[in-house]
Amino acid sequence: MIKLKVNDIDIEVEEGTTVLQACEKAGFEIPRFCYHEKLSIAGNCRMCLVEMEKSPKPVASCAMPASDGMNIKTNTQLVEKARKGVMEFLLANHPLDCPVCDQGGECDLQDQSMFYGIDKSRYKENKRYVPDKYMGPLIKTQMTRCIHCTRCIRFATEIGGVTELGAIGRGEDMQITTYLEKSMESELSANVIDLCPVGALTSKPYVFEARPWELKKTETIDVMDAVGSNIRVDTYGWEVKRVLPRINEDINAEWISDKTRYSCDGLKNQRLDVPYLKENNQFKKISWKEANKIIVEKINNVNSEKIAGLTGDLTNMETCFIAKEFFNKTIKSKYLDCRNDNYYINNSSRENYIFNSKINGIEETDLLILIGTNPRYEATILNLRIRQSYLKNKTEIYSMGDIGDQTYPYTILNNSTDTIKEILENENSEIAVKIKNSSKPMIVIGQSVLKLKSGKYIFESLKNYLIKNNKINDQWKALNVLSNNASTVGSYDLDLLSGNGEENPTINNIKENKFEIIFLFGQDEFSFKKKNEFVVYIGSHGDKGAELANIILPGASFTEQESHFTNLEGRIQKSYSASYPPGDAKEDWEIINNLSELLKRKKLFNNKNELVDSMLNYLKLNIKEENTVDINFKFISEKIIINPMDYYFSNVIARASKTMAECRNEKTKIKRTGTEG
Amino acid sequence: MSIKKISKEQPDKFEFDKKNNEVAKKIIQNYPVGKQQSAVMGLLYLAQKQNDNWIPLSAMKYIAKFLDMPYIKVYEVATFYSMYNLSPVGKYFIQICTTTPCMIRGAYKLVDVCKRKISNKENNLSDDRKCSWVEVECLGACINAPMMQINDDYFEDLDENKCEKIIDQILSGKKPEPGSYKGRKNSEPENNRKTLINLKNA
Repeated sequence: MIKLKVNDIDIEVEEGTTVLQACEKAGFEIPRFCYHEKLSIAGNCRMCLVEMEKSPKPVASCAMPASDGMNIKTNTQLVEKARKGVMEFLLANHPLDCPVCDQGGECDLQDQSMFYGIDKSRYKENKRYVPDKYMGPLIKTQMTRCIHCTRCIRFATEIGGVTELGAIGRGEDMQITTYLEKSMESELSANVIDLCPVGALTSKPYVFEARPWELKKTETIDVMDAVGSNIRVDTYGWEVKRVLPRINEDINAEWISDKTRYSCDGLKNQRLDVPYLKENNQFKKISWKEANKIIVEKINNVNSEKIAGLTGDLTNMETCFIAKEFFNKTIKSKYLDCRNDNYYINNSSRENYIFNSKINGIEETDLLILIGTNPRYEATILNLRIRQSYLKNKTEIYSMGDIGDQTYPYTILNNSTDTIKEILENENSEIAVKIKNSSKPMIVIGQSVLKLKSGKYIFESLKNYLIKNNKINDQWKALNVLSNNASTVGSYDLDLLSGNGEENPTINNIKENKFEIIFLFGQDEFSFKKKNEFVVYIGSHGDKGAELANIILPGASFTEQESHFTNLEGRIQKSYSASYPPGDAKEDWEIINNLSELLKRKKLFNNKNELVDSMLNYLKLNIKEENTVDINFKFISEKIIINPMDYYFSNVIARASKTMAECRNEKTKIKRTGTEG
Repeated sequence: MSIKKISKEQPDKFEFDKKNNEVAKKIIQNYPVGKQQSAVMGLLYLAQKQNDNWIPLSAMKYIAKFLDMPYIKVYEVATFYSMYNLSPVGKYFIQICTTTPCMIRGAYKLVDVCKRKISNKENNLSDDRKCSWVEVECLGACINAPMMQINDDYFEDLDENKCEKIIDQILSGKKPEPGSYKGRKNSEPENNRKTLINLKNA
């Protein structure tokens, strides 16, 4: 521990901290532009100057390591004068266009100039002009505002893993740009907007939309992937204007993916606001009363075994639970499933479908094997942790099959199930030896694997193998399943499964046209050849599911209802409503509750609190007990093919978003011309 | 100094010739294994020499791949240093020092000659596209001011007439003699050496 004095207050800090961090610990805020906790230290803005005893000049506190016996002063006249001088230089070339700048109100330069700025400028020369740069459909640039803090460059290089931003020229003529103004090819690119302390990099889709003080801020959870990033949703009236990250060191640190940030304009397009009925292949607006009446009539005239239901990829746990109760108690059908295909799931234990090593655990691992997953697209934020792990520990990373650029190097293994068999049966194979020697290995299984014919074999035998080798114990659990959808783990926790987990009788029977009524609770990733089924779609967006439907009941999206989501590591998180459902749309649970009331003259739950309580109670009581699975799983030699994923179009909200469509076009354009090399 | 202009006319392809390829590999060997990126400056200079004194974008890409580093990093280096030319400068690239000592001794007269003989503006090619000139900061030959550098050679102790002669020679394809144009050796005193007379190599 190092002992030092800050403004005559004695403090102790750990070795390796900087003077700036020590000052913060002592309770003195230091102004800064270039310094950022998560990035490397640059020390080029000079705003954090402090006075240090025995130093003739003020020192940049962000780049000065704290050492024993230092005596730091942060509130002397010298410090103030130095900072004022720095600020004057920064403002010399900064255009004073705050009234038309999107950063206004949340701008570091603006805030700090309130303390250190001078009321008039002594700079009589012409201000520097810098041409604006093209950085893709998400980032709007106004480079005359740039103060050369290089946060964006450091983010792209260190965190994003794409060295695409750089500073060209020098001195006054330094300019931040991408190579020949190409758009940034990263799923995390928009984080540079948050990092930019001035208005040089601002959000293109959000340009001139609102001022920060006009927005209502709601802290909630993201549903674009299974990671469950913590986000803040800013709304202006009904409309969701933007999404920003919230700090949660265990999940997303302080970054979010571009899809999380920019699919929010999909929340106002393609929305279902009134119930619709399909007549002569055309949708006709009807009232809730009529819609409910038609559905009730249908259900009453059909054998309960002829009714099936599917929940979707964005469905919250409340809706899942009430759908389950609806099927169990009201309709009395057992054909309700959350899977849209034959994914293998051993629901007997929670460890069989969650990311056991935890997102934080990735940074501890020394060996990582990816089987049938492309984490860059399936869980962008999680992939960022894998990169950190590679940078920190030089983690060895293997992948079955070539999965493209992942922002870190990995060794490609043969993408056949034979590779896994080799590991399991040949003790001396390279990977088997590596697993044995590793203290904290991680094996990540993607959902694409569980869909394979030998999915059961791969999962169960790998699990047995790891237990046998003591890689799954109380301290460390090496086997991880990477779910793709926000609802997956929550639905498994609530046992929304039909059949024994190996087959999916709901899906299989739907495909064989055995049902008469099918409920789609926000399920849009599934299609089948329709015959005479009566399809009821409950959801928020007019997409694939609504296309299939005979009757559409308008529901709410994730920002419009209070609900719970469980992320891929099994962490249950509450999301809050930032807005309300449009038009006549209702919250999903309410729709199902009303239907139940009409069918049985009794509501399933009296209010939402009752629903949430009984759901949480179910989760508490439903402690799953490990039961043995029969060991006769069949091995089939086959290729492990990863489900192709259209990153920017992976769910209904993203598909309705214009920004995502632009990103997708940008990406495919790059591929077509082949100018990248 | 303003930011360097990237030429609009770019060759499609650039590759080191056989000899330079060897040289490049030798430069890389000066650095530890895995730190080959440190050789970027040497390689850029090599590319510049091979390509008539300027570096096209294709050469930057080629070097980036050669050293396994991102394009932007090479681009950053090339735009940072003033001695890398990013647009054509002609086969004969004339740099006239206009820092204080040279300026006092009449460097702007040399600039006038260049304006007359080569092109009206600096960095513009002459009519036959063989030659261009540029004002630069101190080239470290203050004692022989005013001076100019043509490709690798220094031409020192110049005045208007001498400069005109040199440029005429160059434009007509001859190779002028480098060194002092006052007849002195290196930077010895103007009216011969006064000290260390007995030492030959002093």
